[in-house]
Amino acid sequence: MNILVYFEERNGQVRKPSFEAIEAAKSLGATSVSAVIVGANTSAAITDQAKKAGANKIVVVDDARFGEYSSNAAAKAVAEVAKQINADVVIIPATTRGKDLAPRVAVRLEAGYIPDVTQFSTEGGKIVATHPVYAGKANVTMEVTTAKKVFSTRPNLWKASKDGSSEAAVESSSVSFDESDFSDRVKELSLSQGKLDVAEADMIVTGGRGMKGPENWGLIENLAAAFGAATGASRAVVDAGWRPHGEQVGQTGKTVSPSLYVAVAVSGAIQHLAGMSSSKTIVAINKDPNAPIFAVADYGIVGDAFEVLPHLAEEIKKIRAH
Amino acid sequence: MKIFVCVSHVPDTTTKVNVAGDGRSLDPAGVKFILNPYDEFAVEEALKLKEKNGGEVIAVSVGADPAKEAIRQALAMGADRGILIKGDKSDAFSVAEMLAATIKANSPEIVLMGKQSIDFDGMEVAPMLSELTGMPSATVVVGLTIEGGKAIAEREVEGGKEKIELSMPCIIAAQKGLNEPRYPSLPNIMKAKQKPIEEVASTASGARTAVVTMTKPEKKRVGKILKVESDAKATAHELAKLLHEEAKLI
Repeated sequence: MNILVYFEERNGQVRKPSFEAIEAAKSLGATSVSAVIVGANTSAAITDQAKKAGANKIVVVDDARFGEYSSNAAAKAVAEVAKQINADVVIIPATTRGKDLAPRVAVRLEAGYIPDVTQFSTEGGKIVATHPVYAGKANVTMEVTTAKKVFSTRPNLWKASKDGSSEAAVESSSVSFDESDFSDRVKELSLSQGKLDVAEADMIVTGGRGMKGPENWGLIENLAAAFGAATGASRAVVDAGWRPHGEQVGQTGKTVSPSLYVAVAVSGAIQHLAGMSSSKTIVAINKDPNAPIFAVADYGIVGDAFEVLPHLAEEIKKIRAH
Repeated sequence: MKIFVCVSHVPDTTTKVNVAGDGRSLDPAGVKFILNPYDEFAVEEALKLKEKNGGEVIAVSVGADPAKEAIRQALAMGADRGILIKGDKSDAFSVAEMLAATIKANSPEIVLMGKQSIDFDGMEVAPMLSELTGMPSATVVVGLTIEGGKAIAEREVEGGKEKIELSMPCIIAAQKGLNEPRYPSLPNIMKAKQKPIEEVASTASGARTAVVTMTKPEKKRVGKILKVESDAKATAHELAKLLHEEAKLI
């Protein structure tokens, strides 16, 4: 089985979910894993990161016009490379960009596509992929019924492959583009400095309405900093305008699966639980012992968050300083 | 301006999911179905575009007769007419194929939809539709301006935002934050009952994926819940110790 993995680059870095996708590809028993990088003037610094990821081959598609990323043109590039190397399977990390790119690649390859895969298994030579539905209230296992197959893999669930034992060969591939391929162009990217996104964070500290107001958010941020975690918010908090929607966890926000999820003063509405209950370890802090969040918690404290948080941040910092 | 808005009919967010007897679908018993929440942002944006530019808003859905409820909701918000494509909506590619056929037959200047349906959560239909129609698309859109024959879509990405320029006609998949959807007024709900919903047949060529099983996630929880008796510091210390020594997370 020949597998092609899409490597997503941003600001000179190959993003972590790309390395995880290599690991996912290997778990399928690939005979050969190639990685494709699509960009403008792709530097050696970028291919060097890719070379050590454990892929057999790195294919670079370079065109100056990718200085303004285009999902449509990138889809053409990935699909063309998939054809050139005769890939049976294409795996694309289920990042915001990947979730836009993967369905396009599938259409171009006349392949079936399963989005946001959380687990693979192979049964009798068939690939069965697990995809959470209803914001994680259920899982479906699915099969692609076409010969070529496209999957996107959810970040944080496979370990990032960086075996580095052998260096993959880097090739460039020529894909010819028309001006009409660049019918969408990213003109501007603005990132909030130093902020971890909940969708990709390995640890998250989320605050709920029990925090009483945005002026108390420093307590959440302080605890998050102690863990090295991203901060999340419940829907009530976002609807009240205390925090931006990008931080919302739950059914109409982001579905997350970090190693550690700390819910502070979050009661645990069914929509919130749906978005975070696949987290590996869940910690709840709430003064209401009957809050539904405790039903999904591994560890918890029944107590006043305003009293507990400063102490907990101190204790975590102490342990991490050792 | 001819504006298409694609809507889907989905279980309410408060739904407790139970698996049906076939072992691979949702048991619809007792489930309330609603207009997909992300589609409400798309409908609102469509109505705002019509208010600014004139024209017509057409709400399209794929599914069986009950999907008309989602179209009616869009009509009650202010859409002019509806189209129900009577097809199986369980495969995203098939849905995109059916929508593409209807869009090509109607040549709208813009197509809006929610970034995802909160049932399957695939986020696939807009990009697939873009491929099938040749119209560029942007997903997870929280801001939209149209000027000089181009659309500028602001979209949420990890840790920030990006601005995408699209040639027109284009497809926009809405994220929460794009606008504040209006509530249908009672007279508009009454009026919506008189608005036409055309029915068209499926043009899907066949599903490319199949669901094997549906299960509810089961997870054993440790369930060690401490209680602050008098000393919050001591309890915090105990929790930190558990996270360090037992869960080995820090």
